Amino acid sequence: MADTQIVVDKVLQKDVNKVFSTAVENAELIDIDEGLLLATTTGNLNIRATHDFTRQNGEEVIRQSTRSAVQTLFNSLWQLPVEQVEGTYVVTLPEIKMWLPREKPIPKKRAVTKWQEYAKSKGILNKKKSRMVWDEAAKEYKPRWGYKRANDGTQDWLIEVPANADPMEDQFAKRQTAKKERVAKNELQRLRNIARSQKRKVPGVGLTPTEQPSKDTLSKALVVARKSTASLGKFTEKLPKEKPSKFTGKKRKFEPSIGDLKNERERQLKILDVNAKKVPTINVTKATNRALRESEEQRSRERPSRKTPKKQKGKGASAGRKGGGNKKNRVKRNK
Amino acid sequence: MRPLTPEETGTFFEKLSKYIGENIKLLIDRPDGTYCFRLHRDRVYYLSEELLKIGSSAARDNLLSIGSCFGKFTKSGKFHLHVTALDYLAPSAKHKVWLKSSAEQQFLYGHHVMKSGLGRITEGTEQYQGVIVYNMNDLPLGFGVAAKSTLAIRNCDPMTIVVFHQGDTGEYIRNEEFLT
Repeated sequence: MADTQIVVDKVLQKDVNKVFSTAVENAELIDIDEGLLLATTTGNLNIRATHDFTRQNGEEVIRQSTRSAVQTLFNSLWQLPVEQVEGTYVVTLPEIKMWLPREKPIPKKRAVTKWQEYAKSKGILNKKKSRMVWDEAAKEYKPRWGYKRANDGTQDWLIEVPANADPMEDQFAKRQTAKKERVAKNELQRLRNIARSQKRKVPGVGLTPTEQPSKDTLSKALVVARKSTASLGKFTEKLPKEKPSKFTGKKRKFEPSIGDLKNERERQLKILDVNAKKVPTINVTKATNRALRESEEQRSRERPSRKTPKKQKGKGASAGRKGGGNKKNRVKRNK
Repeated sequence: MRPLTPEETGTFFEKLSKYIGENIKLLIDRPDGTYCFRLHRDRVYYLSEELLKIGSSAARDNLLSIGSCFGKFTKSGKFHLHVTALDYLAPSAKHKVWLKSSAEQQFLYGHHVMKSGLGRITEGTEQYQGVIVYNMNDLPLGFGVAAKSTLAIRNCDPMTIVVFHQGDTGEYIRNEEFLT
């Protein structure tokens, strides 16, 4: 009984040493990354090096190796500055040594809005403005924008009617509607910026209501109205005297000023040829005049009944007159 | 400054061909250099390539005129030929009219030409044909539109208008501000 006890003690002792010792062999083969709590065993696990390549031996080797790695990790963890927080030991992990690849793709750059593009091209810098502005009426500092802002036109309790305005017009309502329109315009611009960044097509606005419609607003409205059908104006009939409108809704595109001059010349010559073809080769008036004159001459030849030759003017004069008109050709009599 | 669009070129060439016919080719294809037409503030200018390159460095608002002005486009797209184009029209003119010395003054003041002032006219001029007006010493005075054909002119009485005035060299003094 005592023998067995001794043996058990011995075995336990051995085991205890084995289990509770913090010694690690081949510590230099183990890479520790405290930030990731990662312990890597470099070098090959020589399972085959053991004499008996049985499954159990292999397991044993792996277990030993794992134990060394974990022990080394914890050894190094305890080397770090330890704090005690509410009864527990806390260790601040250092920076990660091994960088892991990205989990998600790199975010795309934000699309530049129309204003930002313009500002960049002109070199306009954004000047920082203070949040609070002095409001003279309230005699205190108020936010420049937002709730309870300074110099809010819509909150005026008294508005003077300007001299050129209609006295019956509601100035308060006018300010409210103006604000609403500004907000709507801003919203439209914002949505347009988004549409542009996502490269989505936006239908044209067409004609927006204005306070002072110009001369061509009517013709524009006509064009927009004829297009505003389900089939985009394909089957809209033309009015009796409707002329093709100049307003196509498309921006005009011009060639660059210093483009390909040779190309330009060729195009102009082509236009010349087209124009030349349009002119009819037979001049109708000339042909009819000639035909008429011929028929008249023929008629006058067929009718020699006139005693004195009719006084003819123009081209017929020299042709029809007998004996020539010149003094030179006159036959001399009584010589 | 921009090149003319095909529609504008068509209108412009149509107007020019009334005076010089197919000799427009001589303006486009010149042996002594590349010349081109450019539009600036509704006016058509005729300039060489080097001048074009120099002129395009000027700002649009600051550029008044460049090369030779041939005329201007109206708001409704029609083209009006100005007397500044006379130097290019005169050599390649198809139909010419010569004025008597007595009528020269009247034409240069901007009046129409009457039959009494007409010296010579090329044969075969049709009605409403573009003509270049010369004086008896073969000096180009301006251009106009024939009111009657050559045949009709022979038959009509001396007080009828035979050539409608379109442009004359007197405009350089009278119409200075509008000519550029």
